[in-house]
Amino acid sequence: MDYLALYVTLKLALVTTIILMVIAAPVAYALAYYRFAGKSFLEALIYLPMALPPTVIGFYLIIVMGPKGFIGKAWGMFTGGSLLFTFIGITIASIIYSIPFAVQPMKAAFSKIDRRLLEAAYVLGLSKKATFFRVIIPNSISGIAAAAILVFLHSIGAFGVLLMVGGSIPGQTEVASIAIYEAVEMMDYRAAGMMALSFIPISYAFLLLINKLNEDSRV
Amino acid sequence: MTIRASFRKELKYFDLDISFSFAKKNMMVMIGPSGGGKTTIIRILAGLERPDEGQVIFGDEVWFDSMRRINVEPQKRRLGYVFQDYNLFPHLNLFDNAAFAAEDKKQVDELFELFKIDHLKKRKPHMVSGGERQRCAICQALARHPRILLLDEPFSALDAITRRGLREELRHLKGNMSFPIIYVTHDITEALYLADELLPVVEGKIDELWMQRMITREPSKEVSLRAAREPRLTLVY
Repeated sequence: MDYLALYVTLKLALVTTIILMVIAAPVAYALAYYRFAGKSFLEALIYLPMALPPTVIGFYLIIVMGPKGFIGKAWGMFTGGSLLFTFIGITIASIIYSIPFAVQPMKAAFSKIDRRLLEAAYVLGLSKKATFFRVIIPNSISGIAAAAILVFLHSIGAFGVLLMVGGSIPGQTEVASIAIYEAVEMMDYRAAGMMALSFIPISYAFLLLINKLNEDSRV
Repeated sequence: MTIRASFRKELKYFDLDISFSFAKKNMMVMIGPSGGGKTTIIRILAGLERPDEGQVIFGDEVWFDSMRRINVEPQKRRLGYVFQDYNLFPHLNLFDNAAFAAEDKKQVDELFELFKIDHLKKRKPHMVSGGERQRCAICQALARHPRILLLDEPFSALDAITRRGLREELRHLKGNMSFPIIYVTHDITEALYLADELLPVVEGKIDELWMQRMITREPSKEVSLRAAREPRLTLVY
Protein backbone atom coordinates (compact mmCIF):
# COMPACT_ATOMS: atom_id res chain seq x y z
CA MET A 1 0.00 0.00 0.00
CA ASP A 2 1.13 3.53 -0.76
CA TYR A 3 1.65 4.82 2.77
CA LEU A 4 3.36 7.93 1.48
CA ALA A 5 0.20 9.03 -0.35
CA LEU A 6 -1.88 8.37 2.74
CA TYR A 7 0.58 10.40 4.78
CA VAL A 8 0.40 13.32 2.33
CA THR A 9 -3.40 13.12 2.42
CA LEU A 10 -3.61 13.25 6.20
CA LYS A 11 -0.97 15.95 6.44
CA LEU A 12 -2.79 18.04 3.86
CA ALA A 13 -6.14 17.56 5.58
CA LEU A 14 -4.72 18.47 8.96
CA VAL A 15 -2.87 21.58 7.77
CA THR A 16 -5.90 22.69 5.76
CA THR A 17 -8.20 22.23 8.73
CA ILE A 18 -6.00 24.17 11.15
CA ILE A 19 -5.36 27.11 8.81
CA LEU A 20 -8.91 27.23 7.53
CA MET A 21 -10.52 27.22 10.96
CA VAL A 22 -8.42 30.21 11.99
CA ILE A 23 -9.26 32.09 8.79
CA ALA A 24 -12.94 31.14 8.72
CA ALA A 25 -13.79 31.98 12.34
CA PRO A 26 -13.70 35.77 11.93
CA VAL A 27 -15.48 35.50 8.57
CA ALA A 28 -18.25 33.41 10.12
CA TYR A 29 -18.42 35.89 13.01
CA ALA A 30 -18.86 38.83 10.64
CA LEU A 31 -21.53 36.99 8.66
CA ALA A 32 -23.38 35.99 11.83
CA TYR A 33 -23.34 39.33 13.65
CA TYR A 34 -22.84 42.21 11.27
CA ARG A 35 -25.00 43.74 8.61
CA PHE A 36 -23.14 45.46 5.83
CA ALA A 37 -23.64 46.42 2.22
CA GLY A 38 -23.13 43.56 -0.20
CA LYS A 39 -23.22 40.93 2.54
CA SER A 40 -25.31 38.44 0.61
CA PHE A 41 -23.06 38.83 -2.43
CA LEU A 42 -20.01 38.17 -0.29
CA GLU A 43 -21.66 35.19 1.34
CA ALA A 44 -22.58 33.67 -2.01
CA LEU A 45 -19.01 34.22 -3.18
CA ILE A 46 -17.65 32.41 -0.12
CA TYR A 47 -19.94 29.45 -0.77
CA LEU A 48 -19.16 29.39 -4.49
CA PRO A 49 -16.48 26.65 -4.31
CA MET A 50 -19.20 24.29 -3.08
CA ALA A 51 -21.23 24.87 -6.24
CA LEU A 52 -18.46 24.77 -8.82
CA PRO A 53 -16.92 21.71 -10.43
CA PRO A 54 -13.54 21.09 -8.79
CA THR A 55 -11.84 21.31 -12.15
CA VAL A 56 -13.22 24.82 -12.62
CA ILE A 57 -11.75 25.86 -9.27
CA GLY A 58 -8.53 24.10 -10.25
CA PHE A 59 -8.43 25.91 -13.56
CA TYR A 60 -8.69 29.36 -11.98
CA LEU A 61 -6.19 28.43 -9.32
CA ILE A 62 -3.69 27.45 -12.02
CA ILE A 63 -4.26 30.84 -13.59
CA VAL A 64 -3.67 32.85 -10.41
CA MET A 65 -1.02 30.59 -8.91
CA GLY A 66 0.92 30.05 -12.11
CA PRO A 67 4.10 32.02 -12.80
CA LYS A 68 2.07 34.77 -14.51
CA GLY A 69 -0.79 34.85 -12.01
CA PHE A 70 -0.73 37.48 -9.27
CA ILE A 71 -0.26 35.01 -6.43
CA GLY A 72 2.28 32.92 -8.34
CA LYS A 73 4.22 36.02 -9.33
CA ALA A 74 4.34 37.35 -5.77
CA TRP A 75 5.37 33.93 -4.50
CA GLY A 76 8.11 33.73 -7.12
CA MET A 77 9.45 37.14 -6.14
CA PHE A 78 9.75 36.15 -2.49
CA THR A 79 10.92 32.56 -2.81
CA GLY A 80 12.20 32.21 -6.32
CA GLY A 81 10.16 29.05 -6.74
CA SER A 82 6.82 28.02 -8.14
CA LEU A 83 3.59 27.38 -6.27
CA LEU A 84 2.20 24.87 -8.73
CA PHE A 85 3.15 21.23 -8.10
CA THR A 86 4.18 21.91 -4.48
CA PHE A 87 2.66 20.94 -1.16
CA ILE A 88 2.06 24.60 -0.30
CA GLY A 89 0.26 25.01 -3.63
CA ILE A 90 -2.13 22.14 -2.96
CA THR A 91 -2.64 23.40 0.59
CA ILE A 92 -3.85 26.73 -0.78
CA ALA A 93 -6.05 24.90 -3.28
CA SER A 94 -7.44 22.67 -0.58
CA ILE A 95 -8.22 25.66 1.66
CA ILE A 96 -10.14 27.44 -1.10
CA TYR A 97 -11.95 24.23 -2.00
CA SER A 98 -13.12 23.70 1.60
CA ILE A 99 -13.92 27.27 2.67
CA PRO A 100 -17.73 26.83 2.55
CA PHE A 101 -17.54 23.79 4.82
CA ALA A 102 -15.76 25.82 7.49
CA VAL A 103 -17.73 29.05 7.27
CA GLN A 104 -21.25 27.71 6.96
CA PRO A 105 -21.48 25.51 10.10
CA MET A 106 -19.56 28.03 12.19
CA LYS A 107 -21.84 30.83 11.09
CA ALA A 108 -24.84 28.68 12.01
CA ALA A 109 -23.35 27.93 15.43
CA PHE A 110 -22.56 31.58 16.12
CA SER A 111 -26.01 32.71 15.00
CA LYS A 112 -27.63 30.31 17.45
CA ILE A 113 -26.10 32.07 20.45
CA ASP A 114 -28.57 34.41 22.09
CA ARG A 115 -27.56 38.01 21.56
CA ARG A 116 -28.49 38.80 25.13
CA LEU A 117 -25.60 36.61 26.30
CA LEU A 118 -23.23 38.81 24.35
CA GLU A 119 -24.84 41.91 25.80
CA ALA A 120 -24.49 40.47 29.28
CA ALA A 121 -20.77 40.02 28.58
CA TYR A 122 -20.41 43.58 27.28
CA VAL A 123 -22.12 45.00 30.36
CA LEU A 124 -19.77 42.92 32.50
CA GLY A 125 -16.89 44.74 30.84
CA LEU A 126 -15.74 42.27 28.20
CA SER A 127 -14.49 43.67 24.91
CA LYS A 128 -15.87 42.19 21.70
CA LYS A 129 -12.69 40.18 21.26
CA ALA A 130 -12.76 38.83 24.81
CA THR A 131 -16.46 38.01 24.37
CA PHE A 132 -15.60 36.04 21.24
CA PHE A 133 -13.10 33.89 23.11
CA ARG A 134 -14.86 33.64 26.48
CA VAL A 135 -18.50 33.42 25.43
CA ILE A 136 -19.00 32.71 21.73
CA ILE A 137 -16.36 30.01 21.23
CA PRO A 138 -17.21 27.94 24.34
CA ASN A 139 -20.91 28.11 23.54
CA SER A 140 -20.53 27.03 19.93
CA ILE A 141 -17.83 24.44 20.42
CA SER A 142 -19.84 21.59 18.91
CA GLY A 143 -20.56 23.65 15.78
CA ILE A 144 -16.88 24.52 15.51
CA ALA A 145 -15.89 20.88 15.93
CA ALA A 146 -18.43 19.86 13.29
CA ALA A 147 -16.96 22.45 10.92
CA ALA A 148 -13.44 21.18 11.55
CA ILE A 149 -14.44 17.58 10.87
CA LEU A 150 -16.30 18.50 7.68
CA VAL A 151 -13.27 20.41 6.43
CA PHE A 152 -11.00 17.51 7.30
CA LEU A 153 -13.19 14.97 5.48
CA HIS A 154 -13.70 17.23 2.52
CA SER A 155 -9.94 17.75 2.19
CA ILE A 156 -9.33 14.02 2.34
CA GLY A 157 -11.77 13.61 -0.52
CA ALA A 158 -10.34 16.33 -2.75
CA PHE A 159 -9.22 15.09 -6.14
CA GLY A 160 -9.81 17.24 -9.20
CA VAL A 161 -8.56 20.50 -7.71
CA LEU A 162 -5.41 18.89 -6.34
CA LEU A 163 -4.65 17.01 -9.53
CA MET A 164 -4.85 20.23 -11.55
CA VAL A 165 -2.83 22.39 -9.17
CA GLY A 166 -0.40 19.82 -7.80
CA GLY A 167 -0.17 17.01 -10.29
CA SER A 168 1.04 13.80 -8.76
CA ILE A 169 4.47 14.06 -7.23
CA PRO A 170 5.02 11.28 -4.67
CA GLY A 171 5.66 12.63 -1.18
CA GLN A 172 4.73 16.15 -2.28
CA THR A 173 1.41 16.38 -4.02
CA GLU A 174 0.34 12.81 -4.63
CA VAL A 175 -2.55 12.33 -2.23
CA ALA A 176 -4.35 9.03 -1.68
CA SER A 177 -7.31 9.87 -3.92
CA ILE A 178 -4.91 10.50 -6.80
CA ALA A 179 -2.85 7.42 -5.94
CA ILE A 180 -6.01 5.30 -6.10
CA TYR A 181 -6.88 6.72 -9.49
CA GLU A 182 -3.38 6.04 -10.79
CA ALA A 183 -3.33 2.52 -9.38
CA VAL A 184 -6.58 1.77 -11.16
CA GLU A 185 -5.19 3.20 -14.37
CA MET A 186 -2.26 0.81 -14.06
CA MET A 187 -4.70 -2.04 -13.39
CA ASP A 188 -3.27 -2.48 -9.87
CA TYR A 189 -6.61 -3.18 -8.25
CA ARG A 190 -5.05 -4.63 -5.13
CA ALA A 191 -3.21 -1.45 -4.23
CA ALA A 192 -6.25 0.68 -5.12
CA GLY A 193 -8.53 -1.56 -3.06
CA MET A 194 -6.32 -1.43 0.02
CA MET A 195 -6.13 2.32 -0.05
CA ALA A 196 -9.82 2.77 -0.81
CA LEU A 197 -10.69 0.49 2.08
CA SER A 198 -8.60 2.52 4.52
CA PHE A 199 -10.80 5.56 3.86
CA ILE A 200 -14.07 3.98 4.86
CA PRO A 201 -13.53 3.53 8.62
CA ILE A 202 -11.92 6.97 8.96
CA SER A 203 -14.71 8.80 7.18
CA TYR A 204 -17.42 6.75 8.84
CA ALA A 205 -16.04 7.36 12.34
CA PHE A 206 -15.84 11.11 11.75
CA LEU A 207 -19.40 11.23 10.43
CA LEU A 208 -20.61 9.43 13.55
CA LEU A 209 -18.79 12.04 15.58
CA ILE A 210 -20.52 14.85 13.68
CA ASN A 211 -23.91 13.29 14.36
CA LYS A 212 -23.04 13.06 18.02
CA LEU A 213 -21.97 16.70 18.11
CA ASN A 214 -25.16 17.81 16.37
CA GLU A 215 -27.24 15.92 18.91
CA ASP A 216 -25.31 17.47 21.79
CA SER A 217 -25.77 20.96 20.46
CA ARG A 218 -29.52 20.45 20.24
CA VAL A 219 -29.82 19.73 23.97
CA MET B 1 -23.92 59.53 42.47
CA THR B 2 -26.57 61.20 40.38
CA ILE B 3 -27.83 59.83 37.15
CA ARG B 4 -29.44 62.35 34.88
CA ALA B 5 -31.06 61.23 31.66
CA SER B 6 -33.01 63.13 29.09
CA PHE B 7 -33.45 61.65 25.65
CA ARG B 8 -35.66 60.89 22.71
CA LYS B 9 -35.80 57.81 20.57
CA GLU B 10 -38.19 56.86 17.83
CA LEU B 11 -39.63 53.41 18.42
CA LYS B 12 -41.88 51.34 16.22
CA TYR B 13 -45.23 52.25 17.77
CA PHE B 14 -44.46 55.45 19.69
CA ASP B 15 -41.67 57.87 20.53
CA LEU B 16 -39.68 57.51 23.68
CA ASP B 17 -39.35 60.95 25.22
CA ILE B 18 -38.17 60.89 28.76
CA SER B 19 -36.33 62.98 31.29
CA PHE B 20 -35.48 62.06 34.86
CA SER B 21 -32.78 62.29 37.43
CA PHE B 22 -32.14 60.05 40.34
CA ALA B 23 -29.68 60.78 43.06
CA LYS B 24 -30.07 58.98 46.33
CA LYS B 25 -28.62 55.67 47.31
CA ASN B 26 -31.93 53.95 47.12
CA MET B 27 -34.28 52.28 44.75
CA MET B 28 -36.19 53.84 41.93
CA VAL B 29 -38.86 51.63 40.44
CA MET B 30 -39.78 52.19 36.85
CA ILE B 31 -43.34 51.00 36.49
CA GLY B 32 -45.67 50.83 33.53
CA PRO B 33 -47.45 48.50 31.16
CA SER B 34 -45.49 45.95 29.15
CA GLY B 35 -44.30 47.30 25.84
CA GLY B 36 -44.21 50.87 27.15
CA GLY B 37 -40.49 51.44 26.61
CA LYS B 38 -39.12 50.61 30.06
CA THR B 39 -36.61 48.05 28.83
CA THR B 40 -35.46 50.40 26.08
CA ILE B 41 -34.77 53.08 28.71
CA ILE B 42 -32.72 50.62 30.75
CA ARG B 43 -30.85 49.47 27.66
CA ILE B 44 -30.04 53.08 26.82
CA LEU B 45 -28.69 53.62 30.35
CA ALA B 46 -26.59 50.48 29.96
CA GLY B 47 -25.25 51.64 26.60
CA LEU B 48 -26.77 48.75 24.66
CA GLU B 49 -28.97 51.09 22.66
CA ARG B 50 -28.44 54.60 21.44
CA PRO B 51 -31.07 57.34 21.70
CA ASP B 52 -31.75 59.56 18.69
CA GLU B 53 -30.92 62.63 20.74
CA GLY B 54 -30.35 63.68 24.32
CA GLN B 55 -27.98 63.09 27.19
CA VAL B 56 -27.18 60.51 29.81
CA ILE B 57 -24.92 61.76 32.58
CA PHE B 58 -23.69 59.77 35.52
CA GLY B 59 -22.05 61.85 38.24
CA ASP B 60 -19.53 63.92 36.33
CA GLU B 61 -19.18 61.38 33.51
CA VAL B 62 -21.01 61.95 30.26
CA TRP B 63 -22.20 58.54 29.05
CA PHE B 64 -24.14 59.79 26.10
CA ASP B 65 -24.46 63.15 24.44
CA SER B 66 -25.87 63.38 20.94
CA MET B 67 -24.64 66.97 20.46
CA ARG B 68 -21.09 66.16 21.43
CA ARG B 69 -21.21 62.75 19.77
CA ILE B 70 -20.29 60.94 22.95
CA ASN B 71 -21.44 57.38 23.49
CA VAL B 72 -19.51 55.50 26.15
CA GLU B 73 -19.61 51.78 25.41
CA PRO B 74 -21.32 49.45 27.90
CA GLN B 75 -17.97 47.93 28.90
CA LYS B 76 -16.80 51.22 30.34
CA ARG B 77 -19.94 52.23 32.25
CA ARG B 78 -19.30 49.72 35.03
CA LEU B 79 -22.87 49.05 35.92
CA GLY B 80 -24.75 45.96 36.96
CA TYR B 81 -27.58 44.78 34.73
CA VAL B 82 -29.81 41.85 35.54
CA PHE B 83 -32.18 40.76 32.79
CA GLN B 84 -35.38 38.81 33.15
CA ASP B 85 -33.37 35.73 32.22
CA TYR B 86 -30.36 34.94 30.02
CA ASN B 87 -27.80 36.59 32.26
CA LEU B 88 -25.84 33.43 32.94
CA PHE B 89 -23.44 31.77 30.56
CA PRO B 90 -24.60 28.19 29.94
CA HIS B 91 -21.05 26.79 29.66
CA LEU B 92 -19.97 27.95 33.13
CA ASN B 93 -21.03 26.77 36.56
CA LEU B 94 -22.71 29.21 38.93
CA PHE B 95 -19.50 30.19 40.68
CA ASP B 96 -17.62 30.88 37.46
CA ASN B 97 -20.61 32.82 36.21
CA ALA B 98 -20.65 35.07 39.24
CA ALA B 99 -16.86 35.39 39.20
CA PHE B 100 -16.90 36.16 35.46
CA ALA B 101 -16.11 39.83 35.92
CA ALA B 102 -15.38 39.85 39.65
CA GLU B 103 -12.57 41.99 40.97
CA ASP B 104 -12.12 39.77 43.98
CA LYS B 105 -13.09 36.12 43.71
CA LYS B 106 -13.25 35.73 47.47
CA GLN B 107 -16.11 38.14 47.51
CA VAL B 108 -18.09 35.82 45.28
CA ASP B 109 -18.03 33.28 48.11
CA GLU B 110 -19.47 35.87 50.47
CA LEU B 111 -22.16 36.85 47.99
CA PHE B 112 -23.08 33.19 47.47
CA GLU B 113 -23.53 32.82 51.21
CA LEU B 114 -25.56 35.98 51.42
CA PHE B 115 -27.83 34.79 48.62
CA LYS B 116 -27.93 31.25 50.02
CA ILE B 117 -26.65 29.50 46.92
CA ASP B 118 -23.19 28.47 48.15
CA HIS B 119 -24.17 24.78 47.92
CA LEU B 120 -24.79 25.20 44.16
CA LYS B 121 -21.42 26.63 43.14
CA LYS B 122 -20.47 23.75 40.86
CA ARG B 123 -23.84 23.40 39.16
CA LYS B 124 -24.43 24.62 35.64
CA PRO B 125 -27.28 27.14 35.17
CA HIS B 126 -29.62 24.57 33.58
CA MET B 127 -29.28 22.35 36.67
CA VAL B 128 -30.75 24.87 39.13
CA SER B 129 -34.14 26.55 39.50
CA GLY B 130 -35.10 29.88 37.97
CA GLY B 131 -34.95 31.57 41.35
CA GLU B 132 -31.46 30.25 42.00
CA ARG B 133 -30.37 31.41 38.56
CA GLN B 134 -31.58 34.94 39.27
CA ARG B 135 -29.84 34.95 42.64
CA CYS B 136 -26.66 34.02 40.83
CA ALA B 137 -27.29 36.73 38.22
CA ILE B 138 -27.53 39.32 41.00
CA CYS B 139 -24.30 37.98 42.54
CA GLN B 140 -22.68 38.26 39.12
CA ALA B 141 -23.72 41.89 38.83
CA LEU B 142 -22.70 42.76 42.40
CA ALA B 143 -19.31 41.03 42.17
CA ARG B 144 -18.29 43.57 39.59
CA HIS B 145 -18.75 46.41 42.08
CA PRO B 146 -21.27 48.27 39.94
CA ARG B 147 -21.79 51.98 40.35
CA ILE B 148 -25.46 51.57 39.61
CA LEU B 149 -27.59 48.45 39.44
CA LEU B 150 -30.24 47.99 36.78
CA LEU B 151 -32.78 45.24 37.40
CA ASP B 152 -35.09 44.64 34.45
CA GLU B 153 -38.02 42.55 35.68
CA PRO B 154 -35.54 40.18 37.31
CA PHE B 155 -38.17 38.04 39.00
CA SER B 156 -41.01 38.05 36.51
CA ALA B 157 -40.17 34.66 35.03
CA LEU B 158 -40.42 33.05 38.46
CA ASP B 159 -43.38 31.53 40.26
CA ALA B 160 -45.30 33.72 42.69
CA ILE B 161 -43.89 32.24 45.90
CA THR B 162 -40.25 32.44 44.79
CA ARG B 163 -40.85 35.92 43.48
CA ARG B 164 -42.24 37.11 46.78
CA GLY B 165 -39.31 35.61 48.68
CA LEU B 166 -36.73 37.27 46.45
CA ARG B 167 -38.59 40.54 46.56
CA GLU B 168 -38.41 40.52 50.35
CA GLU B 169 -34.71 39.71 50.29
CA LEU B 170 -34.04 42.48 47.83
CA ARG B 171 -35.89 45.00 49.99
CA HIS B 172 -33.83 43.88 52.94
CA LEU B 173 -30.61 44.10 50.95
CA LYS B 174 -31.08 47.47 49.36
CA GLY B 175 -30.34 49.23 52.65
CA ASN B 176 -26.81 47.83 52.56
CA MET B 177 -26.10 48.91 49.01
CA SER B 178 -23.98 51.97 48.47
CA PHE B 179 -25.21 52.64 44.96
CA PRO B 180 -28.52 53.51 43.33
CA ILE B 181 -30.76 50.76 41.98
CA ILE B 182 -33.25 51.10 39.16
CA TYR B 183 -35.84 48.35 39.19
CA VAL B 184 -38.20 47.77 36.28
CA THR B 185 -41.53 46.07 36.74
CA HIS B 186 -45.07 46.07 35.40
CA ASP B 187 -46.34 44.82 38.73
CA ILE B 188 -47.87 47.52 40.93
CA THR B 189 -47.65 45.46 44.13
CA GLU B 190 -43.97 44.89 43.55
CA ALA B 191 -43.43 48.56 42.79
CA LEU B 192 -45.18 49.75 45.93
CA TYR B 193 -43.34 47.20 48.03
CA LEU B 194 -39.84 48.03 46.80
CA ALA B 195 -39.81 51.63 45.68
CA ASP B 196 -38.27 54.63 47.34
CA GLU B 197 -39.13 56.56 44.24
CA LEU B 198 -41.51 55.72 41.43
CA LEU B 199 -41.20 56.53 37.77
CA PRO B 200 -44.31 55.52 35.83
CA VAL B 201 -43.60 55.12 32.11
CA VAL B 202 -46.47 54.74 29.66
CA GLU B 203 -45.93 54.64 25.90
CA GLY B 204 -42.52 56.21 26.21
CA LYS B 205 -43.51 59.15 28.40
CA ILE B 206 -43.55 59.73 32.12
CA ASP B 207 -47.14 59.58 33.33
CA GLU B 208 -47.31 60.40 37.03
CA LEU B 209 -51.00 59.64 37.31
CA TRP B 210 -50.86 56.21 35.74
CA MET B 211 -50.69 54.28 38.99
CA GLN B 212 -53.58 56.16 40.50
CA ARG B 213 -55.67 55.45 37.45
CA MET B 214 -54.73 51.79 37.61
CA ILE B 215 -55.54 51.41 41.28
CA THR B 216 -58.79 53.32 41.13
CA ARG B 217 -59.63 51.48 37.93
CA GLU B 218 -60.74 54.56 36.18
CA PRO B 219 -61.08 53.46 32.57
CA SER B 220 -59.98 56.79 31.19
CA LYS B 221 -58.02 55.82 28.15
CA GLU B 222 -57.66 52.82 25.97
CA VAL B 223 -53.99 52.68 26.80
CA SER B 224 -54.51 52.25 30.49
CA LEU B 225 -57.23 49.68 29.95
CA ARG B 226 -54.88 47.47 28.05
CA ALA B 227 -52.17 48.10 30.60
CA ALA B 228 -54.34 47.32 33.56
CA ARG B 229 -54.73 43.65 32.94
CA GLU B 230 -51.40 42.34 34.09
CA PRO B 231 -50.90 44.42 37.23
CA ARG B 232 -54.38 43.63 38.47
CA LEU B 233 -53.74 39.95 38.18
CA THR B 234 -50.62 40.25 40.27
CA LEU B 235 -52.47 42.11 43.02
CA VAL B 236 -53.69 38.68 44.10
CA TYR B 237 -50.30 37.81 45.52
